[in-house]
Amino acid sequence: MAQPDILGPPGQGVPPPAGGMPSARRARLGRRLRSLAGIALSLALTLLGLLLVTFVIGRIMPIDPVLKVVGERATQAQYDAAYQAMGLDKPIWQQFLRYMAEVLRGDFGRSISTGHPVAQDLLRVFPATVELATLGTLIGVCVGVPLGVVAAARRGGWIDQVARVVALVGYSMPIFWLGLMGLLLFYGILGWVGGPGRQGIIYDGMVPTVTGLILIDSLVAGDWAAFRDAFSHIVLPASLLGYFSLAYISRMTRSFMLEQLSAEYVVTARVKGLSEGRVIWGHAFRNILVPLITVIALSFGSLLEGSVLTEIVFSWPGIGQYITKALLAGDMNAVLGGTVVVGTCFVALNLLSDILYRLLDPRAK
Amino acid sequence: MQNRFPLRALLLASAVSLAAPMTLTVTAAQAETPADTLVIAHQIDDIISLDPGQSFEFSGQDVVHSLYDRLVDFDPLDLNAGIKPSLAESWEVSEDGKTITLTMREGVTFQSGNPVRAEDAAWSLQRAVKLNKSPAFILNQFGFTAENVDERVTFDGNRVILQLDQPYAQSFVLNCLASEVGSVIDKETAMSHAEGEDFGNAWLSTNGAGSGPYALGAWRPNEAVQLVANPDYWQGAPTMARVIVRHVQESSAQRLLLEQGDVDVARNLTPTDVEGVAGNERLKVLDELRGRILYMGLSQKDPLLSRPEMVEAMKYLIDYAGMESSFLKGQWKVHQNFLPEGYLGAADENPWSYDIEKARQILTDAGITSGTVKTIVRDIREYVDAAQTLQAAMAQVGLTLEIQQMTGAQVLDAYRARQVPIFIGEWGPDYADPNTNASTFAHNPNNADDAGLSQLAWRNSWAVPQEMNQAVEAATLEGDTDKRVQMYLDIQSQYREIAPIIPMFQKIEQVVLQQNVQNWTSGGSVTSVNYRQVTKE
Amino acid sequence: MTQTTRAWLLSDAPQTRRQARLGALYQGWLTFRANRLAMVGLAILVLLVLVAAFAPWIAPQNPYAQNLAERLRPPSAQHWLGTDALGRDILSRLIFGSRVTLFIVGTVALIAPVIGLFVGTVAGFAAGWVDQVLMRITDIFLAFPKLILALAFVAALGPSIGNAVLALALTSWPPYARLARAETLTIRNADYIAAARLQGAGPLRLLIGHVWPLCVSSLIVRVALDMAGIILSAAGLGFLGLGAQPPMPEWGAMISDGRSYILDFWWVAAMPGMAIFVVSLAFNLLGDGLRDVLDPKGARE
Repeated sequence: MAQPDILGPPGQGVPPPAGGMPSARRARLGRRLRSLAGIALSLALTLLGLLLVTFVIGRIMPIDPVLKVVGERATQAQYDAAYQAMGLDKPIWQQFLRYMAEVLRGDFGRSISTGHPVAQDLLRVFPATVELATLGTLIGVCVGVPLGVVAAARRGGWIDQVARVVALVGYSMPIFWLGLMGLLLFYGILGWVGGPGRQGIIYDGMVPTVTGLILIDSLVAGDWAAFRDAFSHIVLPASLLGYFSLAYISRMTRSFMLEQLSAEYVVTARVKGLSEGRVIWGHAFRNILVPLITVIALSFGSLLEGSVLTEIVFSWPGIGQYITKALLAGDMNAVLGGTVVVGTCFVALNLLSDILYRLLDPRAK
Repeated sequence: MQNRFPLRALLLASAVSLAAPMTLTVTAAQAETPADTLVIAHQIDDIISLDPGQSFEFSGQDVVHSLYDRLVDFDPLDLNAGIKPSLAESWEVSEDGKTITLTMREGVTFQSGNPVRAEDAAWSLQRAVKLNKSPAFILNQFGFTAENVDERVTFDGNRVILQLDQPYAQSFVLNCLASEVGSVIDKETAMSHAEGEDFGNAWLSTNGAGSGPYALGAWRPNEAVQLVANPDYWQGAPTMARVIVRHVQESSAQRLLLEQGDVDVARNLTPTDVEGVAGNERLKVLDELRGRILYMGLSQKDPLLSRPEMVEAMKYLIDYAGMESSFLKGQWKVHQNFLPEGYLGAADENPWSYDIEKARQILTDAGITSGTVKTIVRDIREYVDAAQTLQAAMAQVGLTLEIQQMTGAQVLDAYRARQVPIFIGEWGPDYADPNTNASTFAHNPNNADDAGLSQLAWRNSWAVPQEMNQAVEAATLEGDTDKRVQMYLDIQSQYREIAPIIPMFQKIEQVVLQQNVQNWTSGGSVTSVNYRQVTKE
Repeated sequence: MTQTTRAWLLSDAPQTRRQARLGALYQGWLTFRANRLAMVGLAILVLLVLVAAFAPWIAPQNPYAQNLAERLRPPSAQHWLGTDALGRDILSRLIFGSRVTLFIVGTVALIAPVIGLFVGTVAGFAAGWVDQVLMRITDIFLAFPKLILALAFVAALGPSIGNAVLALALTSWPPYARLARAETLTIRNADYIAAARLQGAGPLRLLIGHVWPLCVSSLIVRVALDMAGIILSAAGLGFLGLGAQPPMPEWGAMISDGRSYILDFWWVAAMPGMAIFVVSLAFNLLGDGLRDVLDPKGARE
């Protein structure tokens, strides 16, 4: 489970979309084109639906955005003026259309909880999340996949048991507890890693922003000290997220591998005298690549939502905190903007694994 | 299995992900922050604007305070000395008490290099009134409106002239001018960024255009504010060349940063964390009395709470001492008057104490033996704990308290709609004059549901007696300070007798600093934080 | 169990439908029982139910009784697991909290998979535009940042444990729908469905009588594995102040309360943390065991 925060495991076990099975070669190109168009259409529809749902949620939520703008001491007159200025007196469909028109022009409006344009905020908070999610997923994959494969290969052996316990602990621990304890141990007591925040204070604002990913920006600037500093800050939260995605990825890998290892071709290969390593990595593992990539993509996608609790504990200025805070303040511009970004990423990742599936899956050929 | 490859792959992968951090993070533990930089861990996610005409949040005002100067101000090293000249060198009040003329200091420049003129000062006040954002009411109290402010606030040469609608007490007017909404803005710079009729509001929300000791380096919401010293500051360049305020939500995280020497100051430690660092000789704890009051409002719309005996009994169901010595320890002190200590005219009588038997007696005499009331509290630890303590005490006299936790925005929404039976929360003064609290706790000119007022008395549906309303109004006009003090003492005395809005505690801000940080002030009960006088040994 | 019943259950040639069904169940139980870890999980959960049922008799103290003088005491003979910030006995609160935990788990497990099953099987079975529409809706919910959805629900309905659980249930159905649809697609064209259709069974009857029972087993497995996530999610909402209302001793809220004391008074957060850990571990172990029994595909070597 790669995303322990609020909802259950990410994309858990959502099976890859069933690929079509083109019967005739002639038909294939046409089908592909049509399916591409279909994909694009469903993507657009999904995003539109996403926006509409978010918009409606924002309007029916009993949190009054005007209050955030005018503050606690506002008089009724000030309140009314702000209410109108925000266009809340218009019917909801008009508000939605107006919003859509602005979004299509690339204007996400201004956030009322930060006072900044939403686009500018997103350019700042999303890279922070991307950086954390990428590293977390990387750790999850590097450890989780081998662990899952070995656990399957030696089913019931000690590695399998250890892998199971490791994964179950990962499933079961509240992240804010682990996070604070990790900070206490590795930062407070051992001093091995950097503290809360993305950077040490001396490096704050020292590296010019190119991508927004501090690790990359510091490399671009050739500033090794800044890179090390940023790395020492990201290591702990990323390991934590990595641990949760490891738990999920290793379980899924194990289950995929078990299925392959009981298949006939594996028995045949073994009978033919292929070494166990060849059988496992050369044959079985190659066959689980596609569903595995889907699983990893989904797990990555859910990390991109930003894990609010991790972000709070580590003072990480990511998109999860941003959206949560905005939501609780009724700051719908920020919530909508954030949802569009996260939703687009999710849909794009889905699409990517879908395409990969069609390209790689032997049955689809 | 014969082949060992999977195991090796596993170990290699684990080694890569485990060893990389070890080798790369040798520099992680730092001894201290740079000598010319002040680093502060603070919850600053409430900032929504840095425009003095709009900013109304605690952390936002902290920033505004350093970016701008005001006509008059407090001395950060001697807050008790009261109002001192700042950009205005001197002032005089006319015979009838309705005109105040302030003379500007010569030779002061904005950070842009433009001179600070009387025109800038007058324009700053005018625009605050015209913008009509949250803090505008502080100025509007003197009879200014968007329509008349151009005639009422004027300048002449190097003098700013304020024409008030009533002969207000001089201390009242000056105290209001010292608040952040009175900041003097560089008109030329601001107007060059104006969009439509916003007087530069959009631009000033994220930029600074003042003459203050610090310029805005960067503000990344929910992340950090960076201030850079103004080397040409008219009262001398600040010692700290950079001030970095980091948003750190969790007290535990703030404490770890402090203990590791990664920050100089931590401002949001919980009582237990403050106790936890007490033994650390590299750190010191600074207690500073602030102006915020933790109070309990009993809505007079509620049939049970509107009975005077019930109000009286509730005063004895609050475990003041118990809370003060446990979860509020060191950060709130018992204070049962609406004027905070440090304010002109603040009373210091605390007549009520936790007394279940007395409360029971009062209730039985009135024939109240059971009942259910609801409280809506903000999801802040102290409030929720206070509510639970009250819940347990009420249970002992047969009353049921239902607690509902909500987010800040939702509680405020319900409170504004007068739908909170028991409100437990804070009130922070808006400016350094006693009227700021008197006019909200003890003043309610119109108790009708549709009046839409912002007074706490109105929100608790309390029809303030006419003579108390008048007394509060009269106190703003009293020119003699001693008499004014007595008037407030009288109001508070009567208030303690009858009011259903019960002040309970006053805030003490516990700031924990590295030993070498000197001259820190969070602004006391009257103003905001100041950085310019801070030094490091 | 007598030898004869056992033989009857394990009979290769069951004589009645009932015998066959019971026999299959018994076989499953035997497989399950052989899995020691799964049995441990089951034992913990049985214990949890017992504790919840007999909470007032087991709890050493009143879980709501405050004593500010005795706050934040470490584990001792008087308070086995210490006291919290208001001086309440943590052990007693954990014991009463088990009821809340069971409520959360039970409600979500009843709602989410049912919605998922319904949407997924209808989509898979009906195909065509119904499938398209239902799956687009599922996609929208999947693509939604889940936290936002849950938060929005809770914010809209008002914070309470019931609403938090409802929000969790309403936001966690899409994966079940996907799963159920995938299963439906594989059995839709099976021979026996065609046979049943030839016998004149209507779509609704096919769905309820033949498709649902086949999807249920894999859903149950998934639910058992998700339980830990559900407890933690409820705890997460509690962390943001949107879950249980005070003074309810919900475990997640207890951890959340304890986090401000974590550096000096570790037990306040650690004790409920351990409780969540043990229970979710139990659900996980149980889920693994159930998977071996109900979902033979992934189990056999």
